Amino acid sequence: MADVHITIDGQSLTVPSNYTVLQAAESAGINVPTLCAHPSLKPIGACRICLVEIEKQRVLQPCCTFPVSEGMVVRTNTPKVREARRFVLDLLLSDHPLDCMTCQKAGDCTLQDLAYEYGIKESTFAGLQHDWPLQDANPFITRDYNKCILCRRCVRACEEINGVAAIGPLNRGFDTKIGTAYDGELQDSPCEFCGMCIALCPTGALQPKASIGKGRAWETHKVTTICPYCGVGCTLDLNVKDNRVVQVTSNWEGPSNHGWTCVKGRFGWDYIENEERLTTPLIRKDGELVPATWDEALDLVADKFAGYAKEFGPNALGFLSSAKCSNEENYLVQKLGRGVIGTNNIDHCARL
Amino acid sequence: MTGLVTTFGSGAMTNSIDDIADDANAYFIIGSNTTENHPVIGMRLRQAVKQRGAKLIVADPRRIPITDYAVLHLRHRPGTDIALLNGLMNELIEQDLYDKTFVAERTEGFEALKAKVAEYPLTRVEEITGVPAAKIKEAAQILGTTHPGALIYAMGITQHTTGHQNVIDCANLQMLLGNMGVAGGGVNPLRGQNNVQGACDMGCLVNFYPGYQKVMDEAARAKFEKAWGKTADLKPGLTVVELLHAAGRGEVKGLFVLGENPAMTDPDQNHARHCLEETEFLVVQEIFPSETTQYAAVVLPSSSFAEKEGTFTNTERRVQRVRKAFNSPGQARVDWWILAELGKRIQQRLGMAPDAAPYASFDYQKPEQIFDELAVLTPLYGGMSYERLEGNGLQWPCPTADHPGTRFLHKGKFSRGLGALTPVDWLPPAEVPDAEYPLLFTTGRVLYHFHGGTMSRRSPGLDEIVPEALVEINPVDARALHIEDGQLVKVTSRRGTVTAKAEVVDRPDIGVIFMTFHFHEAAANLLTNAALDPVAKIPEFKACAVKVEPA
Repeated sequence: MADVHITIDGQSLTVPSNYTVLQAAESAGINVPTLCAHPSLKPIGACRICLVEIEKQRVLQPCCTFPVSEGMVVRTNTPKVREARRFVLDLLLSDHPLDCMTCQKAGDCTLQDLAYEYGIKESTFAGLQHDWPLQDANPFITRDYNKCILCRRCVRACEEINGVAAIGPLNRGFDTKIGTAYDGELQDSPCEFCGMCIALCPTGALQPKASIGKGRAWETHKVTTICPYCGVGCTLDLNVKDNRVVQVTSNWEGPSNHGWTCVKGRFGWDYIENEERLTTPLIRKDGELVPATWDEALDLVADKFAGYAKEFGPNALGFLSSAKCSNEENYLVQKLGRGVIGTNNIDHCARL
Repeated sequence: MTGLVTTFGSGAMTNSIDDIADDANAYFIIGSNTTENHPVIGMRLRQAVKQRGAKLIVADPRRIPITDYAVLHLRHRPGTDIALLNGLMNELIEQDLYDKTFVAERTEGFEALKAKVAEYPLTRVEEITGVPAAKIKEAAQILGTTHPGALIYAMGITQHTTGHQNVIDCANLQMLLGNMGVAGGGVNPLRGQNNVQGACDMGCLVNFYPGYQKVMDEAARAKFEKAWGKTADLKPGLTVVELLHAAGRGEVKGLFVLGENPAMTDPDQNHARHCLEETEFLVVQEIFPSETTQYAAVVLPSSSFAEKEGTFTNTERRVQRVRKAFNSPGQARVDWWILAELGKRIQQRLGMAPDAAPYASFDYQKPEQIFDELAVLTPLYGGMSYERLEGNGLQWPCPTADHPGTRFLHKGKFSRGLGALTPVDWLPPAEVPDAEYPLLFTTGRVLYHFHGGTMSRRSPGLDEIVPEALVEINPVDARALHIEDGQLVKVTSRRGTVTAKAEVVDRPDIGVIFMTFHFHEAAANLLTNAALDPVAKIPEFKACAVKVEPA
């Protein structure tokens, strides 16, 4: 790919010729606000918040879709640009509830951040506002389309990431709304609840149902780890507050999944807080498993295992390790079996 | 895995998720319900088809979801993979569609393979597999002219009494097509569990030390004896099903089970449970009470993934860091601590000194120390450390501290030198339908649940979407048996009976019954056959004979 030379906010840049102006700006660390654009989706230029001044262009242009060209001069933060963005925000907020104090997305909401930056307390346009009913008749996703700005990130996530295209725009004009065919429930559609729509929604329109009320962005910290389900090895961010997972969010740096998740990775983590968790060692006495101390339990196992090894030889013992446990733990199981007991009776469920 | 060791010299997914998703122009999926069992890879394959126009061929007895994206669905009968693959290869050779340069330069054994697959003309293959000859011809045409092509398989290939040969035949096909050692090609077994690759890598196998160093190799044995001060003999141990049966017979007295549920996931469940009941001293380390803990003498409460530090190795051989978010509930402890404590206490009782050898000790303060130790003893992981695993992790082999890791295997040369084209013959499953049990039974998973259900069944949302087991039956069979959609039916094999609702749907072919094994209320593994592949010792979960009747 040949390179082109452009100037953004006075900075001279050399970028690949297939870049958009937004990509060029980002590569130079110049922050341009976006709502509908996202690096993992194809740009569509729907929201108009990323408008910039480009010399020799008659009007402001959305930089997420505008291709770079040789000698281009761009300004991203002029009074004219700021006024245009302010106007776009004013229009967006004219049909958006201002309930940030109870909104799950507060603190992690692009629209809220922009309203703050541009000092817009309420819209100057009085008029019709939608009152769509909340759609949450499923276990995972709460849809509040009163907060939707029609950026179509969710629609593109469903089409370009998951691939099932369960949702799309319905109706025309002011009544445009995102939904499944015939505006039904998600579980009656091809939706697979991968949650990528939530991951990409820039407002509070799409929320993980189970997380609502449990903690917001500034109260949680992220722990980057690996999904415990299948072998794809998706990187996930656990959003943790008070020793509980509030929600799982996409980690776009994940080398194997690049932020993509399935339903189990995004929503299936809650088994860890199931009340049936074992919380104390148990020893069978008179046919019943009864609570014991760690010393009692560990000593009993050690006595028995050492006893069998001495009396019947090492192959009187066997170890089934776990494909759910870590490398370190699996290493220890076979070190225990081979290096302490002296048996190769060591296997796990790879065959099952 | 044994099949890939035979043909290439090492057993693991040859390529990476990224290169398969981005660089392959053709896909041949056989025995993998990818979108349900490896959903994120499934999503990427859907995109490869939709956005890049990659050509997807699916060979599966069921009309699984990803067949909707395939140019061709080869719906072969369960347990006829080798006949199908041999037929395809015969067609490739006859139509001169194979990669002659690759075969000449990188492989050996072509003439023997050619002679063997010549025994599988299309008419015979159609008879065995039920796949129309024209479709096999078309598949050969596509695969022979579209490169690179990635072959993807999972338990649908391996969980057969001929699983070892099934894998060999997949490798044969990819070598014949010249799809090895290139980005977007390869033989790619998708691993089912988050760390099944790591458990194999770490030597939790009866015949391998960590890093696939052979138990039967005297040098490997000496190496580990020197490291630990003691080790096992040169004879491989008992595999999971054998071990359970030996414990049931009283030959194995003490059985330690870490985070597994054999009472649910082993075949022929009545017998598996009988064995657990008969086991003299069963220790289970678990996070939940399970069907298996019911039989335990001691239960050790352990930790979920969110409660510990460590590493998992994913299906593309990528070792990645797992990080702790908070402590385990109550007195539950991290697994590595429990195991280390047991190590120390058993050593003491056997009169072993923890300083008898460089790595005899179980005195660890943190998992990183364990990782550093295993890296020293495992050449594939030799260049890895927690510090280097930050960010993108590392894909093995990574033998030295300056090695970047390995994106795809067998570039330019196979681990064993030349790739071994190895002729294999089709054999029917150990149990085939007959007058008494006229239907073929096969098992699998759904998107919303996982394996024995210990985790996903305790996730209320997942269980709400798919709350119960269903018996998938083709409308043709349902009509003949007077079974209606949603009606309770009884499925019976020679080993047991389960009762569940029928789902009358053309997902399974005529004559094939499908169930998932997630649900203890209707446990499919009461029905499955514990017959093992003689080499890989994998049970034949994917084919046995049943009868179905209204309950």
